[in-house]
Amino acid sequence: MSIFDLTIAGAAKELAARKISAVELVTAYNDAVAELNPRLNAYITTTPELALAQAEDADARIAAGNATPLTGIPLAMKDLFCTEGVRTTAASKILEPFVPPYESTVSARLKAAGAVMLGKANLDEFAMGSSNITSGYGPVENPWKRNGSDAKLVPGGSSGGSASAVAARIALAATGTDTGGSIRQPAAFTGLAGIKPTYGRCSRFGIIAFASSLDQAGPMARNVEDCALLLNAMAGFDAKDSTSAERSVPDFTAALNRGVKGLRIGIPAEYRMEGTNSEILALWEKGISWLREQGAEIVEISLPHTKYGLAVYYIVAPAEASSNLARYDGVRFGARVDGVDLIDMYERTRAAGFGAEVKRRIMIGTYVLSHGYYDAYYLKAQKVRNLILRDFTEAFAKVDAILTPTAPSAAFGLGEKMDDPVTMYLNDVFTVPASLAGVPAMSVPAGLSAEGLPLGLQIIGRHFDEETVFAVSAAIEKAAGFSALPEVRAK
Amino acid sequence: MSLDAATVRRIARLARIRVGDEEVATLQGELNAILGYVEQLAEVDVEGVEPLSGGAQMALRQREDVVTDGEIAEKILANAPDRELNFFSVPKVVE
Repeated sequence: MSIFDLTIAGAAKELAARKISAVELVTAYNDAVAELNPRLNAYITTTPELALAQAEDADARIAAGNATPLTGIPLAMKDLFCTEGVRTTAASKILEPFVPPYESTVSARLKAAGAVMLGKANLDEFAMGSSNITSGYGPVENPWKRNGSDAKLVPGGSSGGSASAVAARIALAATGTDTGGSIRQPAAFTGLAGIKPTYGRCSRFGIIAFASSLDQAGPMARNVEDCALLLNAMAGFDAKDSTSAERSVPDFTAALNRGVKGLRIGIPAEYRMEGTNSEILALWEKGISWLREQGAEIVEISLPHTKYGLAVYYIVAPAEASSNLARYDGVRFGARVDGVDLIDMYERTRAAGFGAEVKRRIMIGTYVLSHGYYDAYYLKAQKVRNLILRDFTEAFAKVDAILTPTAPSAAFGLGEKMDDPVTMYLNDVFTVPASLAGVPAMSVPAGLSAEGLPLGLQIIGRHFDEETVFAVSAAIEKAAGFSALPEVRAK
Repeated sequence: MSLDAATVRRIARLARIRVGDEEVATLQGELNAILGYVEQLAEVDVEGVEPLSGGAQMALRQREDVVTDGEIAEKILANAPDRELNFFSVPKVVE
């Protein structure tokens, strides 16, 4: 068995028993990053010296007997979390010189638990994308390959660097953020588990904002248990985020062995969309029978406004983004391009600093918020968003959790689906509704496609009921017995 | 609704993004494709439905109106592209 086979839970045991040291574990990961990252481009910035120093502190803490399950665990931090003294780019050229003078709450909580940061993971620019191709620092390669093919595939997005790093074992686990599917879709594309918690569960303080009413941080890891261990540390009330929930955080690992006996699992008819890959529909059927066999009651439900989710999302998210990204003006931080006057400087700075997808979304957002169009687009979208929330509220009166596929296809090739923005947006069709409603949702690897690529199932729960999501996810994970690994990985 | 080139230029101006003539044509096509897609919301009956602005299932919290930090000018200015003493500096705006 190689050191890279250890999960977080497994590594924590070995560390506690002093069979390995944090320095050994982190050194192995630092070396793996140095070897594989030039190819995968999963990290924008690597921090091997910092990681080693943190590992030494972790060993001291373990020796002193006050370690947590995350002490000494090497993580990739999505480069959307501000990290004090470590450059944070959001994968945008406009933030190329930005070194935050403060730490995001989520990364600070992980630090306080003793977790080690290997580097800042690549992503779609400002988390806007579903394939990590919009990064200003180059695309990320998915370590998975189609059977008998060397074609480069995308890792999904926007947390594509996090996904690729964990799948290739150049991080033991990672942080992600999810605005419309940015944790769940890349997790599905790379054979990982990943959860977007309830909106308000993790603090947004220090996470570079994309769409503030949707953005949520969450973990991405090898399995459901590791996600629970990470979320235990990441979640919790924070006065610095006005939408942070003042609720106590349960021990999510305690929910893993609850089982699904007696749970009512909803199967939404509207997710059987035309054009969905038949393998994915077949996997969904398998998931349904796994849960039924373990004692769950399967209930057909309706989420009638599902088909409008993407249209709502592609008004609401750009609207919020256009406002959030107004701060990048070349005055207080970030890159600047000089101009003849102030307006000229703003326009040149933003033209040079933002990539094409970010510009498109800022412009759509500006348009739907502009005088004369606000009611027709933005207000209308907010009303339909309420209907989507109502769909979930009514469904959760009848069921305890909902099972759907995570994405409409397996990972696709770099350069595919690039014809127009709308084709790319369709990737998020199954993940966006839960984001709009603010409910927790997890993707679990559940099988392989005929081409040998991982496929995920999504489990959606009630607001603040991540525990049921974990219980159902663990049941799916157990039944699926997913153990396939990509060929490209640290061994 | 379909955007013409002049509207694309106007939006770019509002968004403070400089766009060249070739870019206007590309953006016009892309933005119209997105607007064409979201057009389907017109068919949804929202009579009597309140707009939902946020993901949180709660009212926004208010805090005491007190100073919670300060005296960190150096930290705030550390990332400034251009500064003079303790000020951000920008091109001249007043003649």
